[in-house]
Amino acid sequence: MGQYLLVTIQVDMHDRLAMSLQDDLTKMISETETRGVLIDISSLEIVDSFIGRMLANIAAMSRVLDAETVVVGMQPAVAITLVELGLSLPGVQTALNVDKGMELLQSSRNGNREMYGGRFN
Amino acid sequence: MSTISINHKTSALRSVLSGSQEAIVSSWMNEMSGATRRSDLINDAGVRTQCAQFLRLMNEAIEAGGVNFQSNAWNAVREMLGEISQSRAQQGFSPSETAMFVFSAKRPIFTLLRQACKNDADAFASESWAATEILDSMGVYTMEIYQKSREEIIKRQQEELLELSTPVVKLWDGILALPIIGTLDSARTQVVMESLLQAIVQTNSRVAIIDITGVPTVDTVVAQHLLKTVTAARLMGADCIISGVRPQIAQTIVHLGINLLDVSTKATLAAAFKVALDRSGFSLVREKQSGEGQRG
Repeated sequence: MGQYLLVTIQVDMHDRLAMSLQDDLTKMISETETRGVLIDISSLEIVDSFIGRMLANIAAMSRVLDAETVVVGMQPAVAITLVELGLSLPGVQTALNVDKGMELLQSSRNGNREMYGGRFN
Repeated sequence: MSTISINHKTSALRSVLSGSQEAIVSSWMNEMSGATRRSDLINDAGVRTQCAQFLRLMNEAIEAGGVNFQSNAWNAVREMLGEISQSRAQQGFSPSETAMFVFSAKRPIFTLLRQACKNDADAFASESWAATEILDSMGVYTMEIYQKSREEIIKRQQEELLELSTPVVKLWDGILALPIIGTLDSARTQVVMESLLQAIVQTNSRVAIIDITGVPTVDTVVAQHLLKTVTAARLMGADCIISGVRPQIAQTIVHLGINLLDVSTKATLAAAFKVALDRSGFSLVREKQSGEGQRG
């Protein structure tokens, strides 16, 4: 989608699927030289610590490949679960939906970080 | 419980209960007014009816099933005791006042029993044992019901409080406020978190202001709960500002070594709202200068 990759997770993630997603995504990023990845998890209803870590891993990997990752559309229950698991996904940017995630990527590419940055101190 | 079969020895008790009801009720009332009657909560006539009905039921129960309080014959008595202690718990009687309803019947019954078996010490001993046993188990039962209904009242109030205390307010397009009043415990945090996240989704909000002006104390547990809520909101793509940090609370937070550096905090809700507006790209402009107060 434009200069960004959009990954929509629509089935329940099991561990092997998550691993292959990791593979595919990194390959794709390096092939297309994309600068931003949106991971849409709005249909994901169950998470475990593995998925949480995988999201963090994907973000870290993309950063190494010079692409920003935004996780979008997280369900409230999923957010609560992740927090209870002690996973706050530091370093992963989040947005409420794909639109907002796109805005976030756009603005951070323009160097306008203070507008839509992760925090505002 | 040792249920000695003393059916044949309760004759005096039975005759006392059926024969001298009036006398028992009067002296029972006297006992109660001496000890713990609450004439402000219940009137004499009410108590008298209760006493009389209670004695009648008790008499019937003894006739039917002896002195075993657990037996079916005592169902009606148990029911009535349950009703009495339940209504007293709701009216605000103290535990001892409720218990005294049963225990103050002891003296009148014992006095009459003594008169009934004047010359027979043996009979008196067994009669009074039977009476004691039955009165005691009734007292214990009364307390049990009293306690139970008190707990129900407390539980209901707790639930009401929980529902009352977690409103999520929409301040502006994309800006939510969550005023927290009272102490945060885990159960409340859960409710607060859920309603906040739900509201974020519903209103498409990007900024949430958590106002802790109404939180009396912030200890490590409360701070941890706050941080959890903030993190969960961040995972949903919304930024949180904590506002309403009072001076004492700021001191406590620093003394406890709680790290709130990753979260932006503001002293007042107004300041937080201003930041939130800035972040969402809004700005407030006053169109007319009114009075002498002049602001940017």
